[in-house]
Amino acid sequence: MLPLISHWLIPLLFSLSLLTVIVLLLLKIGHHFQAQGKSQSSLLSQINRALPQTQCGQCGHPGCLPYARAISLGEASNKCPPGGKQTIVELAKILHEPVRDLDPAHGEFRDFSVAVIREDECIGCTKCIQACPVDAILGGPKLMHTVIESECTGCDLCVEPCPVDCIDMLSSSDSGFLADTAFSSGNLISAGVQP
Amino acid sequence: MSALNWISSKLFAGDTVYARHTYGGIRPQSFKQHSLRSRIMSTPIPAQLTIPVGAADGGTITQLVAVGEQVLKYQKLASIQLNRDGCSEVFAHAPTSGVIAEIKSARVADHRIQQQLCLLLTTDGHDDALVVEPSYDPVNLNSAEIVDIIREAGIIGMGGAGFPSADKLDSAFNSAIDILIINATECEPYITADESLIRERAKKTVLGAELLQRACSATRCVFAIEESKRDAIEALTKALQADTEVASSCELVIIPTKYPAGSENLLIHCVTGIEVPSGEYPAQSGVLMLNSGTAYAVCEAVVQGKPCISRITTLCGETLQTPKNFEVLIGTSANFLFDLCGIDNSVAHRSIVGGPLMGRELNADDAVIYKTTNCLIAAGPADIPMPAEERACIRCGFCADVCPVRLLPQQLLAFSKSSDTDALVEHGLFDCIECGACDYVCPSHIALVSTYKDSKACIEARQQEVDRSAYWQQRFQYRQYRLKKDKDQSLARKSANKTPAPKLEKKATPAPLPNGQDFFSKEKASAEIAAAVARVKARREAKTRVNGESHAAPKDDPK
Repeated sequence: MLPLISHWLIPLLFSLSLLTVIVLLLLKIGHHFQAQGKSQSSLLSQINRALPQTQCGQCGHPGCLPYARAISLGEASNKCPPGGKQTIVELAKILHEPVRDLDPAHGEFRDFSVAVIREDECIGCTKCIQACPVDAILGGPKLMHTVIESECTGCDLCVEPCPVDCIDMLSSSDSGFLADTAFSSGNLISAGVQP
Repeated sequence: MSALNWISSKLFAGDTVYARHTYGGIRPQSFKQHSLRSRIMSTPIPAQLTIPVGAADGGTITQLVAVGEQVLKYQKLASIQLNRDGCSEVFAHAPTSGVIAEIKSARVADHRIQQQLCLLLTTDGHDDALVVEPSYDPVNLNSAEIVDIIREAGIIGMGGAGFPSADKLDSAFNSAIDILIINATECEPYITADESLIRERAKKTVLGAELLQRACSATRCVFAIEESKRDAIEALTKALQADTEVASSCELVIIPTKYPAGSENLLIHCVTGIEVPSGEYPAQSGVLMLNSGTAYAVCEAVVQGKPCISRITTLCGETLQTPKNFEVLIGTSANFLFDLCGIDNSVAHRSIVGGPLMGRELNADDAVIYKTTNCLIAAGPADIPMPAEERACIRCGFCADVCPVRLLPQQLLAFSKSSDTDALVEHGLFDCIECGACDYVCPSHIALVSTYKDSKACIEARQQEVDRSAYWQQRFQYRQYRLKKDKDQSLARKSANKTPAPKLEKKATPAPLPNGQDFFSKEKASAEIAAAVARVKARREAKTRVNGESHAAPKDDPK
């Protein structure tokens, strides 16, 4: 019996096991490469999604995506004031890092606010329009400008260039703001009613 | 499926069928007998009515009368265009005659308890009405005509959610409705508005149901009512057997008495065996559900021509001497009704809108009745005991046993505490119907439902933020693209012809304004700019001066 086995079965088993090992190794290597590529791209998009996308540049980068790229390459993740604690916690979770405090060198967290132009003081210089990263300001040269409230990210970038200081950052808790929608219930229209 | 077939085979006009038992639920003491002792009473006309015209979740209100105008009963006061998907307008009508005194904001006793825009009507007590046109032959109305009448009458879901009924029926046009369920379950303790309505006005309710069936072209119409409501079942059986004006086949299904049997999807499962998939509307499964109060209002609107100006509301609670059901005009204040029932003001009470399990507490009694207010409880200490001290979860699992939608409340609680959003969504937080059965059985007195409500609100707010961020990112990227394109174009132009781009023609002077003023005079513009700069300078100086003064003498500060 033994000579028979040694004659052909042992080489067969040996070659089979070798083949299995090679196949497994190839699979493993392929998976490794695949996983690496996938994890890097998804890491960037995960970080980008965690950032608030105000495009304010307070982190020192020209927009949220560049900062996300920098974080994925090892920059500190606590430089985003508009995101506040929530963004830092989320980023720490994604990066498996301990939660740190917001870096005060880049600004402080404050409630979401939008830019509002005091329209009678606007001289129509278009400087704020050029500064706005999301094209939320409407207006032309020497004509009054106004901020489209629903588009404004509250990034603060239009306040500095204004030569006549007519832009205020107002949060919804500021009194007098959104006075016409003071009733949360809706807008009132008079349909041809004479009082 | 066999059970469904069995029920289908048994269902025919006037016969009663017992529906299947469903999972979970609780059997709290009902306390319904107190308000059922007397018949439905009409209230006297109050001196003032505060008629809500606001849309609670945003929307546009069109005012159809002016302040100071004399209005008649049934007159249209306003139309509300809701912001919700698939909603058309809802009309508000004058419940009685009088003068519109003012427009003001008031608290409305519906399931949201918010401040809404209201019209204050000072009644004159004459109750002069517009002439309404009764329909002499409702048999021959087609479905579009019925839906139009319902829309004009301003009928919304009387069960509590308040979705405009006409829009619900409209949505049914797109999906073949197999079965229309009239929900008369009213499973929550204390509430008897639907029960008393059916006890006393069964015939009209059945007629309304038949009109609704015609409006949505459903093949079958089923009344679902709880086993414990013997008088109402008797009245309904009689009404169904009697010759009604519209030829149809309404059926009666008896539901086992337990809470929450009346919740929409649970009742659909109970009656038909269909489980509506999570996140879908019942109409997509061929089922439509309307409240019995809505059916009654539809009958009034179609047959009598009366718009929805009143509803039946249960007044109960320990501190009321005579709890009963009232036919209340929309806009009556809760205080007025409490006084009618002889409220004992020596005992402190908590006012609750809706039932004790799902209702909301009113912080003030000046709230006004709306079309969805089915119950007001002036609760004494015995009705609703003060919440006991919350203790740690002991993992007894009672909550999972009673949860009618088969969630795992203790798991959800753990995930809520750790703010694990993904796990919450995965474990079906958004399928929770907030019935409060888990709160009721919890031996550790944990406020589970309010925790889930908070979690839901948190997740929704977070989702809104995420959507907003994605939008901003898109805007930012578009701007980058635009700037790059502009730059490329100018470079291309420069390289194409070495001569610089031809100077633009001198700007065409804008047409002079009709009053002869020059819109763009250079002098005027520069003068304006100079004025603005001067203004800024002055303001800055003033600021520094004020700062200096406030440091020097803070007492002189005008504020």
